Amino acid sequence: MSGSILVFVELGTGEASGGADRVSLETLAFARLLATAADGARVEAMMFGAGAEGVAADLGAHGAAAAHVISDGHLAAAYAPAAWGAAVAELARARSAVAVLGPGTDRGSEVLAHAATRLGMPLAANVLAATPGVPWTITRQRWAGSLLEDATLDAPIACLTMAPHAVAAEAHPGAAAASVASFAPTTSPADLVVRVTGHEAPSAGSVSLTDAKVVVGGGRGVGSSDAFAKLEELADLLGGAVGVSRVVTSNGWRPHSQQVGQTGQRIAPDLYIACGISGAIQHIVGCKSAKRILAINTDAESPIM
Amino acid sequence: MRVLVCVKRVPQTGGRIVLTADGQQIDTKFLGFTISPHEECGVEEAVRIIESQGGESTVLTLGPAAAEEQLRDAMALGIDRAVLLETDGSEWDPVSTAAIIADTIRAQEVTGGPFDLVIFGNESADSGGFQVGIRVALALERPVVSGLKGLTLGDGTATARREAGGGGWETYELPLPAVVGVKEGINLPRYPSVPGRLRAKKKEVERIEVGAAAGGPAALGGMAVGPAKSLLRLPEEERSQAEILGRGADAAPAVVDLLQRIGVLAR
Ligand SMILES: Cc1cc2nc3c(=O)[nH]c(=O)nc-3n(C[C@H](O)[C@H](O)[C@H](O)COP(=O)(O)OP(=O)(O)OC[C@H]3O[C@@H](n4cnc5c(N)ncnc54)[C@H](O)[C@@H]3O)c2cc1C
Ligand SMILES: Nc1ncnc2c1ncn2[C@@H]1O[C@H](COP(=O)(O)O)[C@@H](O)[C@H]1O
Repeated sequence: MSGSILVFVELGTGEASGGADRVSLETLAFARLLATAADGARVEAMMFGAGAEGVAADLGAHGAAAAHVISDGHLAAAYAPAAWGAAVAELARARSAVAVLGPGTDRGSEVLAHAATRLGMPLAANVLAATPGVPWTITRQRWAGSLLEDATLDAPIACLTMAPHAVAAEAHPGAAAASVASFAPTTSPADLVVRVTGHEAPSAGSVSLTDAKVVVGGGRGVGSSDAFAKLEELADLLGGAVGVSRVVTSNGWRPHSQQVGQTGQRIAPDLYIACGISGAIQHIVGCKSAKRILAINTDAESPIM
Repeated sequence: MRVLVCVKRVPQTGGRIVLTADGQQIDTKFLGFTISPHEECGVEEAVRIIESQGGESTVLTLGPAAAEEQLRDAMALGIDRAVLLETDGSEWDPVSTAAIIADTIRAQEVTGGPFDLVIFGNESADSGGFQVGIRVALALERPVVSGLKGLTLGDGTATARREAGGGGWETYELPLPAVVGVKEGINLPRYPSVPGRLRAKKKEVERIEVGAAAGGPAALGGMAVGPAKSLLRLPEEERSQAEILGRGADAAPAVVDLLQRIGVLAR
């Protein structure tokens, strides 16, 4: 495999701010594995945003030989899914990319879908493993990871998003810095129509569900909206947060922001206290990274047990 | 106002997934069927828009004849009419799915007028391709944004809201006609009423037979298709051992002991 493997790298937020996004670094690690498996391919990163230049050189430690940055103009000023996707597609052509990878995040999935469509290529989302070839063979997640799919991808440019935590993102401190070049895509005004025009700050105070060390979970078995007061109290006492099943949000007992699972949040606490939750696969995919689960349930046969 | 919402019939899996012996499908012998929660919210959003602005809502699916059930479910919640692109039951990849949905939208618009808004789920429940809505929007040359947890329609525009990476929210403005991908949490869907169910039985379902995916670059104007599924597998169970700490209040001492042992409670 010669040519390049282009990786869309997001700037980090929260704990990772000032650097690259964690899942993007995992994606670079995966790209490096692909490149070593089929030697000759060169891993090249692509980043958008005013802060990108400073971060880009460090991507060398994560396997990128080169980094292309768009750090001024409309594309750097605000996220614009169609324009970013078009720029990724344009660079993929310019660099004769054999693969275009992105993190399986909200933005990564969206940008890669735009880029793949522009390139006239299929896209495989949430990939765990891939072998280059004609066709490529891949393993990807279905049902948010409750099921795996082995598939083929018959395309001159393989477009993939990486499932979070499929591979570890390890920095190799001795590696050469990535050579940083700025990239100026030809952006059409139509692609800039949809872009971020406003921000609202997060509401301060409460422990975030995704960062909590202890999560007290409640399901249908909790019985009512009022009964959640006890769970809130326990969560407060333990310095944790309340998480709930979909039955609870569908009944309007708790807001959807507290839902854990396939269509809610993914949590990774040290302890998850699951009260009156049966343990449907769509719930489990949201809490399987918990170190321990303490289940309280009247049915000893329920799947959570 | 004319609104279209796209939904996909999927098995309602519960505690564990059982696959057919050939590993090609989920064994649905003992399962019901549903749509993704994201799409349920898409249906609710379409119903609310038409309730407040007037006009007509349509639900569309590409699936087997039995997917009429999901269309009727949507109509029971207030969707006005339905379009069933009837397959032979075989799986369609996202490129082919998007191509036929875009073609169908064009044809529907010739007869019924343009859709101001086309609503997709952020991702399908089963295959989770994260792309059909975006592909359709690009084919129709309409603005699109995914992942929405808030949508307000103004005069010829839509204001959309989605969660930002580090917490908080980001907003987008889209001129109509537009395409959106929505997430669960954008609204709280209503439950169907008995009169709603009865009315749904009488509503129109337009059936268009499409069979198997045509596939291939020639059929889709140069688009390569895929990915092509070869086998489904269950992930290896990371399941560790389970220990019963006790029943009822008798379990309390063991629970306290555990919480102390793992450092959640001070000794
Ligand atoms: C595509 C898709 C996506 C989904 N996404 C999600 C998701 O993100 N999150 C999610 O949670 N679900 C999701 N679901 C729904 C999921 O399939 C289940 O329906 C849901 O998780 C069940 O919630 P539950 O455990 O609260 O309710 P139930 O399954 O009804 O379980 C209630 C449990 O409470 C126990 N119980 C009853 N009374 C008591 C008592 N007094 N004390 C102790 N225990 C008691 C019962 O034994 C039972 O185990 C999704 C479904 C689909 C199809
Ligand atoms: N077979 C289908 N019929 C109708 N809509 C679909 C179909 N497949 C996908 N969609 C729509 O496209 C969205 C995204 O699907 P996907 O790209 O598979 O994740 C879904 O939430 C649906 O709204």
